[in-house]
Amino acid sequence: MTTLDLSEFRTPGRGRGILDVFTWRYLLRLLVRKGTQTRYRNSVLGWTWSYVKPAFQFGVFFVVMGLFLGLNRGVDNFAVYLFSGIVVINFFNEGFGNATRSILENGALVQKIYLPRELFPIAAIIVAFVHFVPQAVILLVACVFLGWTPSVSGVLAIALGLVIIAALSLGLGMLFGAINVSFRDAQNVVELIQMLSTWAAPVLYTWQFVRDAVPRWLFDLYMANPLTAAVELFHAGMWFPTSDGKIPHPEHLWTNAFIALGICVVFLVIGQMVFRRFERRFAQEL
Amino acid sequence: MSQETTSSMPSDTAVQARPSIIVEHVSKQFLLRRAHAFKEAFVGWVRGKDVSSEKFLALDDVSFTIHEGESVALLGFNGSGKSTMLKLISGVMEPDRGSVLVRGRLAGLIEVGAGFHPDLTGRENVYLNAAILGMQKDEIDARYDDIIAFSEVERFIDQEVKHYSSGMFMRLAFSVAIHCELDILLVDEVLSVGDAPFQAKCRAKIEELSREGKTMVIVSHDQDMVRQVCDRGIVIRQGKQVYDGPIEPAIDAMMA
Repeated sequence: MTTLDLSEFRTPGRGRGILDVFTWRYLLRLLVRKGTQTRYRNSVLGWTWSYVKPAFQFGVFFVVMGLFLGLNRGVDNFAVYLFSGIVVINFFNEGFGNATRSILENGALVQKIYLPRELFPIAAIIVAFVHFVPQAVILLVACVFLGWTPSVSGVLAIALGLVIIAALSLGLGMLFGAINVSFRDAQNVVELIQMLSTWAAPVLYTWQFVRDAVPRWLFDLYMANPLTAAVELFHAGMWFPTSDGKIPHPEHLWTNAFIALGICVVFLVIGQMVFRRFERRFAQEL
Repeated sequence: MSQETTSSMPSDTAVQARPSIIVEHVSKQFLLRRAHAFKEAFVGWVRGKDVSSEKFLALDDVSFTIHEGESVALLGFNGSGKSTMLKLISGVMEPDRGSVLVRGRLAGLIEVGAGFHPDLTGRENVYLNAAILGMQKDEIDARYDDIIAFSEVERFIDQEVKHYSSGMFMRLAFSVAIHCELDILLVDEVLSVGDAPFQAKCRAKIEELSREGKTMVIVSHDQDMVRQVCDRGIVIRQGKQVYDGPIEPAIDAMMA
């Protein structure tokens, strides 16, 4: 009996998960381009909306939190403080939401042609990042205007903050995106999380309010929230150098950041595992 | 894959050409489930309903081996499970039991145009879809002119695809798929694309690929075309493989 050499064979439909992105990077690039090009199709203002929406959001928060609730007086350069948090949360909400919907939106493709499906949520996160850049530029211009100068630790803080958000939104996006194919409830859970995200991190207020109001263990939990860590890293990189320094960094800024990064990696692994588990049924559930 | 699979291979099939596709004892079952919310699934479970009661066996213990350079037709009436078989080979779905193995690059002419985006131009869509089918930029660049020439839509290539007529759209999509770098081509009832002259052109192209020694699996109801291109037929009826052999008796077996 001859034994057949099966080494050249592969099982169709089995990829290496997010690692496949490196072999498929050309397609990834095209998917990102498609996402950015077609985002504001048939709209007169087009990409201006990417500026108008955060500007509007910023205006509302600034008036309510800064002027009505008086945070303006307690926090030096409150506008910058507020905006550097908002851009981080917007990046998260945008990436997380897009990634969750990405499988359903590409349903026609998923049902007909095999390609590593992780490409869709990853492309969604990158599109969200492209969307984030103009907002970050505005923030940077404002900061430079207020006397911001680059420092190594500041740049590292910003970079780490971005990595945390990207990893978190990808991990959660894969998790909920995969579940969403079979159970559309996932989309609603995602909306809840998005609603919560602005309030669960020190965007509109400072971390000291939380420390003074809740027991220690709850505060530790709050600080370990990856969103909190990313927002505080952005405060450290962007806002702090422009402020009078009366509001210090939270204790253990970097320790918290690396704990948060660890949590994100855990989410990424869980997201990938659930994604692979559900992926087998994508084509028939859509 | 375990070594068991290897040793259970029929030895005589491995003698001539090397296999390209190995399908072994494949079964695929669909759950006709409509509970798309946790609540429905949960309520069903609480009430003691057998949530997975509506099962439908689309493929039942199908096995065959297709060798390099062979052109094989999957025959059967609508709903017999032949398109499901193609999806298992392409990797879009996974079998519940059994295994599918393939060797080489595989491209599917399965409902071409799935990856087209109406708001992108013809040119952008060519690149996007070729990339979806697994090509890299330099490969697409090299074939770009052939793709456009074959599709006969040169004049409109920089227009958005939403302004195309359905015929133009399908011609371009088909042209992208057929020009892919591939070893195995899966064809699912796409030869009804376009008008008679374009159909003839597609058929000629498929025959050309067949002569070049590409492995082909074709699902079609067009018996003339199947006779011309394929030399072997596998008949599937209600998920069961009922015949595997030369094409003429296969067509008779399907009609029987």
